[in-house]
Amino acid sequence: MSEFETHEYDVLIIGAGGAGLRAAVEASAQGVKTALVCKSLLGKAHTVMAEGGIAAALGNIYEEDNWKVHFRDTMRGGKMLNNWRMAQLHAQEAPDRVYELETWGALFDRTKEGKISQRPFGGHRFDRLAHVGDRTGLEMIRTLQQHAVHKGINVFMETTISKLIKDGDRISGAVGYVRESGDIIVFQAKAVVLATGGIGKAYQITSNSWEYTGDGHSLAYWAGADLIDMEFVQFHPTGMVWPPSVRGILVTEGVRGDGGTLRNSENERFMFNYIPEFFESETADTEEEADRWYEDKVNNRRTPDLLPRDEVARAINAEVKAGRGSPHGGVFLDIATRQPADYIRRRLPSMYHQFKKLADVDITAESMEVGPTCHYVMGGVRVDADTGASTVTGLFAAGECAGGMHGANRLGGNSLSDLLVFGRRAGLSAAQYAQGLSSVPALDEGEVKDVVADMLGHFDRDGSENPYTVQQDLQETMQKLVGIIRQESELKEAIEKITVLKDRAGNTGVEGNRQYNPGWHLAIDLRSLLTVSEATAKAALERKESRGAHTRDDYPKPEEEFEKVNVVIKETPEGEMSVAQEPLPQMPDELQKVFEEAAI
Amino acid sequence: MGEVTLSIFRGDSSGGDFVEYKVEVEEGQVVLDVVHTIQATQANDLAVRWNCKAGKCGSCSAEVNGHPRLLCMTRMNLFPEGEPISVAPIKTFPLVKDLVTDVSFNYEVAKEIPAFKARDPESGGGYRLQQMDVERGQEFRKCIECFLCQDVCHVIRDHPDNKEQFYGPRFFVRLAELEMHPLDTVDRTDLIRKAAGIGMCNITKCCTEVCPEDIHITDNAIIPLKERVADEFYDPFRWIFRKLSGK
Repeated sequence: MSEFETHEYDVLIIGAGGAGLRAAVEASAQGVKTALVCKSLLGKAHTVMAEGGIAAALGNIYEEDNWKVHFRDTMRGGKMLNNWRMAQLHAQEAPDRVYELETWGALFDRTKEGKISQRPFGGHRFDRLAHVGDRTGLEMIRTLQQHAVHKGINVFMETTISKLIKDGDRISGAVGYVRESGDIIVFQAKAVVLATGGIGKAYQITSNSWEYTGDGHSLAYWAGADLIDMEFVQFHPTGMVWPPSVRGILVTEGVRGDGGTLRNSENERFMFNYIPEFFESETADTEEEADRWYEDKVNNRRTPDLLPRDEVARAINAEVKAGRGSPHGGVFLDIATRQPADYIRRRLPSMYHQFKKLADVDITAESMEVGPTCHYVMGGVRVDADTGASTVTGLFAAGECAGGMHGANRLGGNSLSDLLVFGRRAGLSAAQYAQGLSSVPALDEGEVKDVVADMLGHFDRDGSENPYTVQQDLQETMQKLVGIIRQESELKEAIEKITVLKDRAGNTGVEGNRQYNPGWHLAIDLRSLLTVSEATAKAALERKESRGAHTRDDYPKPEEEFEKVNVVIKETPEGEMSVAQEPLPQMPDELQKVFEEAAI
Repeated sequence: MGEVTLSIFRGDSSGGDFVEYKVEVEEGQVVLDVVHTIQATQANDLAVRWNCKAGKCGSCSAEVNGHPRLLCMTRMNLFPEGEPISVAPIKTFPLVKDLVTDVSFNYEVAKEIPAFKARDPESGGGYRLQQMDVERGQEFRKCIECFLCQDVCHVIRDHPDNKEQFYGPRFFVRLAELEMHPLDTVDRTDLIRKAAGIGMCNITKCCTEVCPEDIHITDNAIIPLKERVADEFYDPFRWIFRKLSGK
């Protein structure tokens, strides 16, 4: 049996991207003892890669913008499957969260009047994204990080949590390991906030980093919490496609926001052929109107290049399938003929740099080749909108690993604002919950020892499987069978394959010792990757319709019976994954009125 | 590109050596891709830090053929065919394992720098700032904390003991950003002179040369900070004023 340290905290936050950092700042401000655990070094979390901006109805470019319009855009982008209360809180509070970042040192780009500049993005009626060139995520995480380090929060870097521990029905702590030493670490905590991000590493072509293995989703699921909307995985329409080694790296939607257009091999702006009925009334149907829209958003309708991401990703997929793709299996994204070179370099510096360095493409002179890449999961831990509380007492979730906010499809820019709004709320609620506990929940030593034995077991196993091969096989399965376009037979095949992969993952051998051993880390991560993959495939099988990011070849239209239900995933006491449909919370009448008024 | 030989440092604080790996390289690959291929097929326990693989997070700093670089932004076609490519951990920080070093020094220094404190918002809330005023700070805030500038700075690379009294270029960038921030109200000049040890920098510009974000570290951050310190502490009129006023 291995020795381990035990640390005691009021609030333990897992994940140090935008949501985790904002939660930590808020929890520590309540005066509770707060720990922040992150898989990487501080400041390297996935938030750093966010490019376009933070969506908030500041009204700096268009006075007509306000929270109601933002709320309406968000709900419509999510195909009305969003948790209405989350969408409301998000739209109402995002402006305060942006201004708060400014008082903590963030330096946003400005308008001529000296206000925070805002850029147009897909699905947003007005220019709404506060930004810093195309490196807004870096600005946000650095601002939060620099603010947080002076707040007395204890940070455990390069530390991975692999299981949560409960005392009866409530959370009492967590067990994990420290990458650098390979030592086991145990936390006894009154409350736990999950802020671990997404599941993108389950796919082959992804904009996500190694960290995105669905840890928070799985930790919550294993602790008995509900997951919702797991069938909704966002494929961002524009990832790099060439050369092969950069396939999937993100190309910001800001390129289209700043005037870039998608074209096929016939040089046609094909998005005009893919305007769905749902968005007809608000989308330009001629190139002239679309081009006028960039200058005047009140009197013109939005270019179809900036339809929500699910629509654009499907359209690109269809063009490539129809044989009108680019040489390397994508389509063309052209900003070179649309904007002057110095404008492109100023507005999109990191895109310029990225293409120049990695693909030998000068985006001020040539078109980019782009195609869909797995980017974001809308599904996650089912939470109470106001507090971020999961269905397990003492367990909270915020950011990408929480579900509900974005419904069937997330609008660009709504993620960074989501992290700030709900990170703050989860941190606050977790602290208040911890303060209200009269006693510290007990940590079951036997259970802790079992978890430790399980983690270290990989070294004793004479396993013949290489964890990297298992991961690659899983990624191939998910990409091929649970990708952008799905159908029953393939989803069933995926579920069978995942079952086999689970056995193989249980038989992975690990070389070397415990010190900074990526093979061992991956062997442990495979459990959560397989859990979220199974949840995604099963939820996708359950939803027999096409809605938002979930497209079924065998059920190509939205169906009324699924209009008002969430698919809920839960672990049964026997350890099986159960799938159920539950009614979606319904918007109260007064908000319904707000929704309709905002359309005018 | 065909088969290449990568000579990667394997070892920990107790010692180690370069190990050669032969590996097939595909078109367009960067060094990090090749390290990952080796990790997946030949050495599962090969330690390397990485996150974004797009030059945005600054995790995968290493020394390739002796040059400090981000592994994810270093294309394989940069190197002459047929010759082995060496990949070593950055030298300035203590080795943990293989390509991973202990960079905690940087996180400790970050804590020592007094926090940003904004002036009061304008009436009606928020601030009015011109683009020109934010751009100066934005250059510094491009920093992705890859610590390559720290790696090549010979003040700490060749003399590890100097870490006690010298923050290094990354933190001169941070200090410059705070000093020139249009909203900040804190005076850090004394810290820049004493604790940060700016006087030890002799402007060899090694840091500027390796910065993957092209931040003009020496010209735009370090030299202006040195001037501020000189103005405040070595200006003869101010010196007399300080003597007389006892400040």
